[in-house]
Amino acid sequence: MVSVISTETASRPMQDASMPPPLSPALLVWRRFKRHKAALIGAGVLIFLALLAILAPLIAGWRGQDHEVVDLFNRFQPVSAAHPLGTDDLGRDLMLRLIYGGRISLFVGLVTACLTASIGTVIGLVSGWYGGRIDAFLMRFCDGWISLPLLPVLIVLAAVDPTKVGLPMAIAKSPDLSLYRIVLIIALVAWTTSARLVRGVTLTLKTRDFVQAAVAQGASTARILFVHILPNALSPILVAATLASGNIILLESTLSFLGLGIQPPVASWGNILTNAQEIIWSQPMQAIYPGILIFATVISLNFVGDGLQDAFDPRTEGR
Amino acid sequence: MTRFLSIRFLQASVVVLVMSFVVYGLIGLMPGDPIDIMLSGDPNMTSEDAARLRAVYGLDQPLLNRYLSWLGNALAGDFGYSRQHHQPVMTIVLPRLLNTLYLMICAFLISVAVAIPAGVYAARHPRSLVDQAINLFCFAGISLPVFFLALLLIIFFAVVLGVLPAGGMKTVGESSFGDRLRYMVLPVATLTIANIAQVTRYVRSGMIEVLREDYIRTARAKGADENRVVWRHALRNAMIPTVTIMALECGTLLSGALITETMFSYLGMGKLIFDSILANDFNVALIGLLFACSVTLVLNLIADLLYAALDPRISYR
Repeated sequence: MVSVISTETASRPMQDASMPPPLSPALLVWRRFKRHKAALIGAGVLIFLALLAILAPLIAGWRGQDHEVVDLFNRFQPVSAAHPLGTDDLGRDLMLRLIYGGRISLFVGLVTACLTASIGTVIGLVSGWYGGRIDAFLMRFCDGWISLPLLPVLIVLAAVDPTKVGLPMAIAKSPDLSLYRIVLIIALVAWTTSARLVRGVTLTLKTRDFVQAAVAQGASTARILFVHILPNALSPILVAATLASGNIILLESTLSFLGLGIQPPVASWGNILTNAQEIIWSQPMQAIYPGILIFATVISLNFVGDGLQDAFDPRTEGR
Repeated sequence: MTRFLSIRFLQASVVVLVMSFVVYGLIGLMPGDPIDIMLSGDPNMTSEDAARLRAVYGLDQPLLNRYLSWLGNALAGDFGYSRQHHQPVMTIVLPRLLNTLYLMICAFLISVAVAIPAGVYAARHPRSLVDQAINLFCFAGISLPVFFLALLLIIFFAVVLGVLPAGGMKTVGESSFGDRLRYMVLPVATLTIANIAQVTRYVRSGMIEVLREDYIRTARAKGADENRVVWRHALRNAMIPTVTIMALECGTLLSGALITETMFSYLGMGKLIFDSILANDFNVALIGLLFACSVTLVLNLIADLLYAALDPRISYR
């Protein structure tokens, strides 16, 4: 397998009418990604779930149902044309709640992954570029952070009273608080992976000629970091963020399951399962659907991340 | 060696100290304080009473002063009382810690016993059908939420088959070892399945890396037995990076234990931490979290020592 750069430089001088035009790097990545069948299927599953999530209000309008209105006369309805997956313990259509739950879970995964990658990138760039004491301090901080037991810390953070950290009442009492909170606390504990990654890339790139040339030309540090180094670190960051979003969705669903994440009546795949343990004796399928959706999403993200890694860096293929 | 150990011990103590402060501060940010809880329990209390009580218990002091007095007591061996259980914190925490250690050690040993042969086999036959099956299993293992895995196991073994208990520690009135074991099967299985996948991935990628090395080709060329090449030349070297990751992975095992114990009502540390946080049992939550941090630190230290045991080039003197 030839790398992106050598294909471009090698094919240019030989270009004539008989040769096909050189492939763009994006096309090369796509060609390699296509060969990873599991990643391709994963991408398909994710696109399908994302479409469902985006179209959720339209689906609700078309079916004439509401996913939050309680209807106690219709608890645990069996599967029917009106309720393809039956109704839950409060008489709400389970399928619609699962679709809306996906909206929340995918949103949390996407936003938190972006936030995590941004925090990690900035810390990694600074740490790798400046080196010395700043680097030592940031990396020891990173080590200490990693040694914290993840879930117990998240539970404490999720239980923190927002008024005690000085949040104004308007935000503390907002119904969306549980959503913002979960994004924030997961990002707060998950930035370390991308920070280490970006630091490593920065360390190798900063000795390269094109960066030295930029330094010699008197480019500002911000310009070197964000215009010269960051674009070259984008593909590993993208891979890491894809893999991280799977973990983030797992953490979100776990916290919501424990009752500390997304608060009902807002649906999330995790909190649909909250009282699943009481209903498994009578309605085991109700506990299985949301779990399968979480599983399908996370495994798809992991496959896509794996496929992207192989596509960006063919040397890692099959490892 | 002694020097290395004492330095590491000192470092770990400093980390625990810093963590205890952070955790103390965080716990203070949780809703409700002990006086509020007393107030809600007794309608006759006035706000003056509350203020007086706050002064008596030192709750009107700034955070640092409160922390230092807690630290002073803790260093003297007094960790306070549990609000929920009305017992000294240590009497509650120690047996729970032991229960969790049983769970973690069983899960860890079983997953290593399965993951090393599986990972080595997959690495020796890359892209074979078995490798692909192992790979698929690993992806499934890291993508399955622990609580959902526990639910599936409960549904299958307790609800459908009815052969294993859905939760708890022992049958009432029964105290045999076999009975205890029956209650441990599902929690251990849950933790193990989640852990095997990770460890197998590390072993496989470590082995693939090492099997490409020149010294492996040399060993084969001089006619060494293939089993010897794989298990002695390759595995030992492949284990060097793997061991560190496995020790860190035990932190994940600890998080997994929290969910597993909660799902199966297994009376361990994880469930204790979770319950005490929800019940505003500050003293217990604090010690529980500190223990959880310390376990991770100790495991890191063990990883470093194993490093030296596996790789003669590294020595701590």
